[in-house]
Amino acid sequence: MTLGLINANPVVHAKKERVTRTEDLHNDVFKVFLDIRDPEHPYSLEQLSVLSEESITVDEKLGRILITFTPTIQHCSMATVIGLCLREKMKDYVPPHFKVDIKVAPGSHADEESVNKQLNDKERVAAALENPNLRQLVDECLYSNK
Amino acid sequence: MNFAGDFDLKEKQILEGHTDRVWNLAWKPASGVDGIPAVLASCSGDKTVRIWEQSPATGSFQCKAVLDETHTRTVRSCAWSPSGKLLATASFDATTAIWEHVGGDYECVSTLEGHENEVKSVSWNASGSLLATCGRDKSVWIWEVLPGNEFDCVSVLQGHTQDVKMVQWHPSMDILFSCSYDNSIKIWAEDGDNDDWHCVQTLDESNSGHTSSVWALSFNSDGDKMVTCSDDLTLKIWGADIMNMQSGDGNAPWLHLCTLSGYHDRTIFSVHWSRDGIIASGAADDAIRLFVENKDGLVDGPTYQLLLKKDKAHNMDVNSVKWSSMENGRLASASDDGTIKIWELVSLPGHDKLPL
Repeated sequence: MTLGLINANPVVHAKKERVTRTEDLHNDVFKVFLDIRDPEHPYSLEQLSVLSEESITVDEKLGRILITFTPTIQHCSMATVIGLCLREKMKDYVPPHFKVDIKVAPGSHADEESVNKQLNDKERVAAALENPNLRQLVDECLYSNK
Repeated sequence: MNFAGDFDLKEKQILEGHTDRVWNLAWKPASGVDGIPAVLASCSGDKTVRIWEQSPATGSFQCKAVLDETHTRTVRSCAWSPSGKLLATASFDATTAIWEHVGGDYECVSTLEGHENEVKSVSWNASGSLLATCGRDKSVWIWEVLPGNEFDCVSVLQGHTQDVKMVQWHPSMDILFSCSYDNSIKIWAEDGDNDDWHCVQTLDESNSGHTSSVWALSFNSDGDKMVTCSDDLTLKIWGADIMNMQSGDGNAPWLHLCTLSGYHDRTIFSVHWSRDGIIASGAADDAIRLFVENKDGLVDGPTYQLLLKKDKAHNMDVNSVKWSSMENGRLASASDDGTIKIWELVSLPGHDKLPL
């Protein structure tokens, strides 16, 4: 692990007031994401604008979900951890036949292509989640609010 | 062989028992023939290996053994030795285990250590004298099989720039093929003079290769063609002059013959070429597809056509497809849904009887 914070002073936004909308998968997915904490800061991914409602695209007919998140800084080495958190969280809430693609927003990361490739290679994801250190980091982000 | 008319892949049985995704399957050689029941091994994210045996009475498969308490993480790959005496299993726990069937039980008789982290694939050569493994540490290891279940590492091959997803020996010659997250396929051969293994060819984008991770490869029965599958959503067929290869001057490069694109719309994880010439693919769109060579277009080199697509073959990604080497038309598939399915390729009635 790095000694100092990678992004010591992130911009923090207020938690948004939710307007109740028709229940659909898009809202469900976004709601479960609200609990995920940033790997570095005691804020949610929404507060850091890593995720917004626009980050999630659901195609119920094709059974596909695309999640596009924006790391707080271009060289964020935590981007893969955030991606792993999103993937792990999806597992519990999305019908199993849905195909989930997770990407960083275009232009938001210096190693965009390699981060995207890693996050969508399920063998690498499975291996990462069996790694005790990474697993702990992911669990802290997912469950520390509970 | 000609494949005319309509075919269907008929689901014969679902094998349930694994509690996580099933990654890989291996039919035991010389089983399912001469009164010896067919045996299938499967390995899973649940850290176990299961052995399934066909009942001679009912024809259905039953779980005969669960190999657990050895691997501590996902078991990614399994392979029987050519004699069927030993089973090798490669795990994310950085080890490869060797199992022997002794007195009705499968016993772990050897553990191969050396890879820095996840081992992703294991393959025996044709004679069973060599074993290859590969993994996330970007290396390919060649092990010599010695008497008394001893395994001696004879070479550690570096060359891939990313993790190596699969190793596969050529079906008749001691030439090793590896495919990787670095989008390339590498071919390794032994230097006759000093027993050193080295890379003799790299198939990548510069010679019509894949543009994303290469997940798997398989050979036709003659060993003069190879099919590879990738995250770039294509299958590629490669060919080599096998007579030249066998003459031993090492001067038989593998050339790109054709690319099957437009059939898959998500990652292709598995490909297997049957003895009678049918290519099966398993992909992240839950479907199994079968391809055969189209004999009409030989002027411009071989072309392949879709024989059939089995939609929703599984409820989730199809990770492995394996034809039985003994029974023509019998296919096994493994999935993220935790199940294994046994399929039979049948020609639909109302059409001419086909030479399957």
